[in-house]
Amino acid sequence: MKNLLDKKEMRNIAILVVGYVFITILIKGGFLNRQYTSLLVPIAVNIMLAVSLNLVTGFLGELSLGHACFMSIGAYSSAIFTVNTNMPAPIQFIIALAIGGIFAGIFGFLIGVPVLRLRGDYLAIVTLAFGEIIKSILISMGSITNGAKGLSKIPLYSNYKNYTVVYIIMAVTVLMITNMVKSRDGRAICAVRDNDIATESIGIKVSAFKIKAFVISAFFAGIAGVLYAHNVGIIKPTTFDYNQSIEILVIVVLGGMGSIQGSIIAAIILTILPELLRGADNYRMLLYSVALILIMILNHSKIKEGLMENRTLSKLFQKRGGVQNGAS
Amino acid sequence: MALLEVKNLSISFGGLRAVDDFNISIEQNQLYGLIGPNGAGKTTIFNLLTGVYRPTEGSIELDGVSLVGKTASEICREGFARTFQNIRLFNRLTVLDNIKTALHNQLKYSLLDSMLHTPKYKQIEKEMDERAIDLLKDFDLDKEANVIADNLPYGKQRKLEIARALATSPKVLLLDEPAAGMNPTETLELMDTIRNIRDKFHIAILLIEHDMNLVLGICEELVVLDYGRVIAQGLPLDVVNDPTVITAYIGD
Repeated sequence: MKNLLDKKEMRNIAILVVGYVFITILIKGGFLNRQYTSLLVPIAVNIMLAVSLNLVTGFLGELSLGHACFMSIGAYSSAIFTVNTNMPAPIQFIIALAIGGIFAGIFGFLIGVPVLRLRGDYLAIVTLAFGEIIKSILISMGSITNGAKGLSKIPLYSNYKNYTVVYIIMAVTVLMITNMVKSRDGRAICAVRDNDIATESIGIKVSAFKIKAFVISAFFAGIAGVLYAHNVGIIKPTTFDYNQSIEILVIVVLGGMGSIQGSIIAAIILTILPELLRGADNYRMLLYSVALILIMILNHSKIKEGLMENRTLSKLFQKRGGVQNGAS
Repeated sequence: MALLEVKNLSISFGGLRAVDDFNISIEQNQLYGLIGPNGAGKTTIFNLLTGVYRPTEGSIELDGVSLVGKTASEICREGFARTFQNIRLFNRLTVLDNIKTALHNQLKYSLLDSMLHTPKYKQIEKEMDERAIDLLKDFDLDKEANVIADNLPYGKQRKLEIARALATSPKVLLLDEPAAGMNPTETLELMDTIRNIRDKFHIAILLIEHDMNLVLGICEELVVLDYGRVIAQGLPLDVVNDPTVITAYIGD
């Protein structure tokens, strides 16, 4: 195969490799203190959550306020597995990842069903309620989940010492979703967002693609949950409340609906920012909120517009190249 | 038997009989016009044919397959494609992607191919690009392939919608007021385009239109609707000179 990878894919992979080398240098070179080292995995988790939520919110165009619930299902199902079984670490972790992703995917399907009947703000409320239901169930199923006290002693398979594994999982997630968006399935999902009647009229089953988007989004959020659980070692139902869902949504909105690069950058900034402000002590949350407002304003300013135009220009340019190759 | 056979098609909304006993049979390659005053039920008939509404009575058979009770997407796969009175494009996708979306059922690969961009994905995407560009050339839109659909001028949006409908390889194409909002030159151009489509793709075309120049210029047969009922059917010149039709349009 002569052109196994096109320019754009090569660029994406190159960026991810450079990112990995950069982090390795930071860690091995001792440039990061303990506080910042401990942020590496949360950043990866937030990137995965934001990119997966973007699939539903940015590309399918449905507002979901329950993304943390998929994360909690991934975290709990995998943690219950690793705490209660005994097998070699790599195998156990791989199975845990599969369990977390698949269980979250199943719940993505369940929430996908009301999605077929509801739109916009109604759907947002349903997803919010769904998240709260899952939280209550986790609290009440004390014998398995240890109730409100939460699960502890989860093996730390995905903490900063194993940052390579975490990075690879994050990179694969981002690549898979980026690839999917630029494909037959991604186009169908965007078509549903832009005009569902027209989508149906060209022979695409709208309901199938709504559910597909929710399941894929939930699957990757579940995997992010697995990484989260095996990083901190303790999980409680209250960790995954609607505040967490809103935080992910803030990242997506800040990064731009339907922009995967934007989600990644916003996830990095919004994970580091609260730590940077730790010195401000009592004013920390106030400063964080002010910073959020300022970033949102900047997001709609001329400066950002200029940057965006450049990017779309280069995007168009690359695409045109691709088409000409295809046509000739 | 004709390509499309519609027999005593009717639909009631509450007490209102929006379409009453509508019959039509269209042959391959035929250009059929559906006309009538505003509110006569023309678009309702399109919605019945394409599965947006379910008929209260009647049968629709396309190439011997009954379409009643099928969903809109299934009906499209059986060979019906349509455009809309108020344009419905995928506004935030490019012109090219609008067409490629419509090739969804013609050229397929799995979700895994999508996520991994496998060689199969590349090969089929390339094929899609070629087919989409070919189709865009027919509508003189190939230069705008990478423009976001929303940024196209109105006339080109209309053309793109027709091109998108054709990309689904239909047996029958339904055009809902294709000339609405076009100036006389654009309308003339559109007439040529519609004829060319028919000749190139060998499909039947049923169109709703108010522009009588267009209707008389290209349609081979006409059916006139008023208050949901067929009031005249036949050759264009006979139909427009029919006293009942004139009464329906301009009153007594």
